[in-house]
Amino acid sequence: MKQVYMDYAATTPVKKEVLDAMLPYFSEQYGNPSSLYAIGTKGKEAVAKARKQVADLIGAEPEEIFFTASGSEADNWALKEGAASRKESGNHLITTVIEHHAILHTCEKLEEDGYEVTYLGVGTDGRVDPEDFRKAITDKTILASVMFANNEVGSIQPIKELAAIAKEKGVLFHTDAVQALGNVPINVKEMDVDMMSFSAHKIYGPKGVGALYIRKGVEIPNFLHGGGQEGGHRAGTENVPGIVGFGMAAELAMKNLDDHCKMTASLRDYFIEQVQANIEDVEVNGSMEHRLPGNANLLFHYIEGEALLLFLDVKGVYASSGSACSSSTYAPSHVLTAIGLPLEKVYSSLRFSIGDFTSKEDIDYVVEQLKDIVSKLRSFSPYSRKCNEDSCNCRVKDTCKRKKN
Amino acid sequence: MSMFNEKVMDHFMNPRNAGEMENPDAVGSFGSPVCGDMMEIALKIENDVIVDAKFRTFGCGSAIASSSVATEMIKGKTLEEALAYTNQNFVDELGGLPAPKVHCSMLAEQAIRLAIYNYAQEHGLTLKGLEGFDPNQEMDACHVHHE
Repeated sequence: MKQVYMDYAATTPVKKEVLDAMLPYFSEQYGNPSSLYAIGTKGKEAVAKARKQVADLIGAEPEEIFFTASGSEADNWALKEGAASRKESGNHLITTVIEHHAILHTCEKLEEDGYEVTYLGVGTDGRVDPEDFRKAITDKTILASVMFANNEVGSIQPIKELAAIAKEKGVLFHTDAVQALGNVPINVKEMDVDMMSFSAHKIYGPKGVGALYIRKGVEIPNFLHGGGQEGGHRAGTENVPGIVGFGMAAELAMKNLDDHCKMTASLRDYFIEQVQANIEDVEVNGSMEHRLPGNANLLFHYIEGEALLLFLDVKGVYASSGSACSSSTYAPSHVLTAIGLPLEKVYSSLRFSIGDFTSKEDIDYVVEQLKDIVSKLRSFSPYSRKCNEDSCNCRVKDTCKRKKN
Repeated sequence: MSMFNEKVMDHFMNPRNAGEMENPDAVGSFGSPVCGDMMEIALKIENDVIVDAKFRTFGCGSAIASSSVATEMIKGKTLEEALAYTNQNFVDELGGLPAPKVHCSMLAEQAIRLAIYNYAQEHGLTLKGLEGFDPNQEMDACHVHHE
C-alpha cells in the first residue's frame, strides 16, 4: 500500500547525507570529546564543526550555540534560568497562548514558583499584535518568550518587531524557533533576540538533539550542572553523532532554504486547492500570509477529525490532529481555540504538513483518499450544511453542557 | 492500527445501519458537535419490538464503531431488552476498546435510552429500565470539554 507522510511538523526523516555524516561517530570515532587522545580530539573537532554549521544557518557566532538534548530542554533552560537570573529586577513574564507545551508548561511551573505570567492572545491569523505586547510590559517584566512560528497553524510572528520592543524596555527576549528553523530565513543579529531554541529532528536531523542560542554578552546561568562541556555552560557528555547530524542537517537546510521554501509552499498551495476543488465545505484555519511554507491546517465541516485521521491511517496517509500530543484524551487544540475557532470546528480540523520528500503524486493520492473518506463520514453525520440553515430540523445542540473532567 | 482490534476497525470502516431513516417511530440524540461527539438514533418499533434502527454519528472511530454495533444488537429486541444494554455490552461485543476510548460508547447507550424514553413518553408506556431516567443529564463521552 502507498504510504504518504504528511506530518513533517511532528518530525522529519533523517536525510541520507545526515545519517552518513553521523555513522562514523558511533563505533569508529567514539571517543569522548573531553579526552585528550586522538579519537577524543576527533569528536571534539566534529562538535566544533557542527556548532559552526548550526551557527551559520541563523547568522550567529559558533560560541553562541549551546547543544542540548532537545528543543524542550532549550526552552526550559531559557525560561527557568533566564527568569532566575533577572529575579532581582522583577517577577513578570510574557508569553502567548499559542506556545508549544515546552513553553506553556514551563511557564505554569514558574507561576507555581511565584512568577507572574501574562499569556498574550492572538488574532484569527494566529499572530501577536506588537502593541498588545508593548502594553503588557510592566516595570516588573523581566523576560518574554514568543514562538517564532506556530506548530499547528504555522503562523509566523513579527519577531523582529517584538524583540525591538523588548530591547527598548530592557526585557530579555526568547523565541522558540523549533518550527521556523529551516523553513524561514533566520538571522539572529538582524532580529536582535537574546535567546532562541532549536531542534534537529524538525530539519531532517536526528531526534535527541537541540540547541539554545544565547547572544554574546547575555548572562544565563546553567540549567544542567556537571562537567565543563559546551564551554562550561551545559554539562553532559556530548551526543557526538547527534550533534554531527544536527550540523549536517543545518548545512543542508541552509543550502536548500530557498528551494525548500518554494517547493513546500507550492505543493501546500496545490494540496489546498485540490482539496477545496474536490471536497465541499473545507476551510483553511489561520491566515495564508505569514505562514510556514509546508503547513496546511484544514477544517472539514460536519465530521470529526480523529475519525478522519484513523481512516487516513488505514489508507497509509499520516497527518495530525494538531500537536503530536501524548494525551490519551483528545482535548481540543489550544491553538485553534485561540484563533477564535468554535469547538465544533476545532474538532473537525486536521493538520497536514509537507516537506522535502513530499511529491505531487503523494498529494494527488491524499486528495483522492480524502474525497472518499470525507464523503463516507459525512454520509452518516448528524451534522450537515442544512443544520446551519433556518429550516433545520436536526437535533444538533449548539452548546455543550458536559461536566468538566 | 494497533490501537483497535479488527472488529472495531470493521465496524468503523463499514458501519452497519448508518444513515438517515424515513418516518422513524422514535428518535434520540446525545451529545453535540460542540462537545466533540454526537449520536442520533432512529428506531422503527412494532408491538414494543425494535424492528429497525439507524444511526448518525459525529465522533471518533470508537464512537462510530460502538454506534454501529449497538444498532445491530438492539434490532429484534423488545424496548425493555434494549434498555438493559449498557455501553459495556457494546464494548464487549466489539471485543474491547482501548481504556481511554471505552467512554466513547456512552453515546450509543444514552442515545438509545433517549429514543426509547421519547417513545415511552409519547405512548404513555411505563418501561422497566427507565425508572429515574433524566433525559437532560449530560455526561462525558470521548472528549474532555473545557468551559
